[in-house]
Amino acid sequence: MFHQLQNYLQYDFMRYALIVGPLVTICSALLGVTLVLRRYSMIGDGLSHVGFGALGVAAALHWAPLPVAVPAVIAAAFLLLRSRHKKMQGDAAIALFSATCLALGVLAITISGGSNVDLMNYMFGSILALSKSDVWIAAGLFALVLPGFAWLYHRIFSVTFDEPFARATGLRTGLYQLLTALFTSLTIVLGMRLLGTLLISSLLTFPAMISMRLFKSFRAVVLSAAVTSVVCFVAGFLISLFWKQNLPTGATIVAVYALAFGAFSLAGWVRGRSRKNC
Amino acid sequence: MSVILTCHSLCLGYENREVLHGLDLRLEEGQCLSVLGENGAGKSTLLHALLGLKKPSRGSVEYGAGLSRRQIGYLPQQSAAQKDFPALAGEVVRSGLLSSCGARAWYTRGERRRALEAMELLGVREMNRRSFRELSGGQQRRVLLARALCATQKLLLLDEPGAGLDPVASQDLAQAIRALHRTQGISIVMVSHDIATALREADLVLHLVNAHERFLGTPDAYRASETGARFLGNRN
Repeated sequence: MFHQLQNYLQYDFMRYALIVGPLVTICSALLGVTLVLRRYSMIGDGLSHVGFGALGVAAALHWAPLPVAVPAVIAAAFLLLRSRHKKMQGDAAIALFSATCLALGVLAITISGGSNVDLMNYMFGSILALSKSDVWIAAGLFALVLPGFAWLYHRIFSVTFDEPFARATGLRTGLYQLLTALFTSLTIVLGMRLLGTLLISSLLTFPAMISMRLFKSFRAVVLSAAVTSVVCFVAGFLISLFWKQNLPTGATIVAVYALAFGAFSLAGWVRGRSRKNC
Repeated sequence: MSVILTCHSLCLGYENREVLHGLDLRLEEGQCLSVLGENGAGKSTLLHALLGLKKPSRGSVEYGAGLSRRQIGYLPQQSAAQKDFPALAGEVVRSGLLSSCGARAWYTRGERRRALEAMELLGVREMNRRSFRELSGGQQRRVLLARALCATQKLLLLDEPGAGLDPVASQDLAQAIRALHRTQGISIVMVSHDIATALREADLVLHLVNAHERFLGTPDAYRASETGARFLGNRN
């Protein structure tokens, strides 16, 4: 198997997948912690549907996909984050909006003569079809998100834990929300190439949820989310390659996440019990 | 003694509903102001205006005694999100230091010590490394109060500190607040439903009835006033 892996690594597409994957999963894990804690988990799902619609329309019009999808998703991110503050039912609005975008994307792809393969790629990702430009974009995103997160770490904690208090101490909470929306949008558009429209939100929510089962401090949750996201991604990716009949990568990765969630829940439960006994 | 907080004919409102009209208020350094009133009378809105979170539609809020808007300690009403938030009590307390951090991304050793001293003062020092969500309601409030104390040396704004606590925990907390007021000389503005504690502690009482009608004076004058008699009569 090791020999086989060495063989695989001679191919560009394999190396690209193993570079882009961890970079994007770390970004999404970090952003995911604040999104999950602020009850924005479903936003990832909503935004990916918007991205799908934008990619579909771009393909139908023979435009470059990213210049269309990125602004569309960023705009949607602002709309969705804003809608939470109004009296309109936020979650219902997201559901309607994202379903409409998904439908629009499917129609655009089909009308423009796209095949079912194209459709499947957008839905479930095409991790082995990454290009060199994807690597550069992922590296750029990572170079912004990781130092930014480290620099603003205490402020992000304060804003996430208690927004009114953070505002009262003079933090510009609107700015943090804007940055979160911006980077989440970029991460989602990139992540859609990896896991596809339907599974990308798992990249945002799973690492945070897994880590929260076991760890009690914010710092431990953040670090654990970053580490588990990479471990689960690489594990899922390799399993999908080396299984007897090649498994779909995105689904395998999500299955590994689900297993990790179970394992961490169990560990958290055992830890809680042993504390009570002593 | 110098004046720490002044409101000049302060008016507050939402869109076309006026919540508060023409409030004049002076708080001296070291004084405690209790804000009373029915739900929806504009107590929290007033607090938000004092914090600079809500812009006055007319009038102004000014700070004295060298206090800037960022140097106010604030204890908000508890939000639902905090119930399952993964954080150590110490992490929560330290987040109160941010206002004095500027662009620095970490806390200095001196700042960390200050956070521990604030916890010591409120009797939660040994909970530094405990999980915030696993503390009792009263302990959580003390931790949040320690966080507010990290942000200020002079003025605390407390929004219903005792809400949702059982009577014993509520009394304990009131005692902790009294100690801060008396021994540390910190000025306090407190919105409260616990009228007995509020009157015992306060130097000044502000009772908001509606946007125009209110009482402002000493606790004794309040007890003798018509507003006070009606409100106290309702309670007892």
